Amino acid sequence: MLIGGILVITRKNAVHSALALIVALLAQASLYLMLYAPFVAGVQIILYAGGIMVLFLFVIMLVSIERSMKERQFNSQWVVGIIAATALGGLFIAVYAKGRDIFPDGVSTIMEGDNTQKVANLLYGQYMFAFEIASLLLLVAIIGAVVMAKKRI
Amino acid sequence: MESMLHITTLHYLILGAALFLLGVIGVLTRRNVVIVLMSIELILNAVNLNLVAFSHYWQGMPARLGGGPLALHGQIFSIFVITDAAAEAAVGLGILIAFFRNKETVNIDEVNLLKW
Repeated sequence: MLIGGILVITRKNAVHSALALIVALLAQASLYLMLYAPFVAGVQIILYAGGIMVLFLFVIMLVSIERSMKERQFNSQWVVGIIAATALGGLFIAVYAKGRDIFPDGVSTIMEGDNTQKVANLLYGQYMFAFEIASLLLLVAIIGAVVMAKKRI
Repeated sequence: MESMLHITTLHYLILGAALFLLGVIGVLTRRNVVIVLMSIELILNAVNLNLVAFSHYWQGMPARLGGGPLALHGQIFSIFVITDAAAEAAVGLGILIAFFRNKETVNIDEVNLLKW
C-alpha cells in the first residue's frame, strides 16, 4: 500500500499514477477486511476503485497528457513542501511516541457476522440526519460538476 | 513473543500517518492538477484508515465506556468521508475540465488568476 502511494506521487505519467492509486486503494480495502469492516471494504472497492478511478481516468483521457509529461514534474516550492511534510512527520512521531501507552493492544476477537446490518441500523437510525445531509451534498456536487463542465451556461 | 506479532491500533495509525504524509508531499510538490487531486484522495484514505482502526479498537472496549460490538461509529463516519471524497472528486475534476478548456494546460502553476 505504501509502495502504491509512493508510486502515485512520483510517476511522470498520470495514468501510471492512477493505476498505482488503484493498487493502494485495494490494499486498503484488504486492511479494512482485517479490521472486521467488510461493508466499508466493499464500499471502498466499489466506490473508490470503481467509480472515482473511472472518473479520474476519463479526465486524464480528456486533458492531454503528452505535453505535461515533457514538462518539469515538480514545482519550484518542492523544498519547502518537503520541509513542511517532514515537520508534520516529526509531529506525528512525537505524538505517537508519547501516546503509545494510551493504545494498548487493540486485538479483539469480534464476530463480524452481521456487521452490515449493524452499520445499516446506525446509519438509518442515529445518523439519519447526517445521512440526509450527505445526500444533499451529493446533489449539490452533481449540479456543481455539471455546471463546471458545461461549455456555455 | 507472540504479543509482538499482533497488529495493534498503533500500527494502523502509523501506516495512516505515513500515507497522509505521502499525500501531503504530493499536494505540495506536484505540478499536475490530476495528480494533486489523487494525492488528496490519498489523504482522505489515510483518515479513513484511522477511523476504521479506532472503530475496531472501540469494539474491543467494555460497553460501559461506550464500546462494545455496537460501537461502529467510526465506520459510519468513514462512509461519510468516502461520500465527501466522491463529491470532491466530481467537483474538482469538473473545475479541472473547465480550466483546461480555457488555458489548455493542467499545470498548477498556471492557476494564478486569483493571485495578487
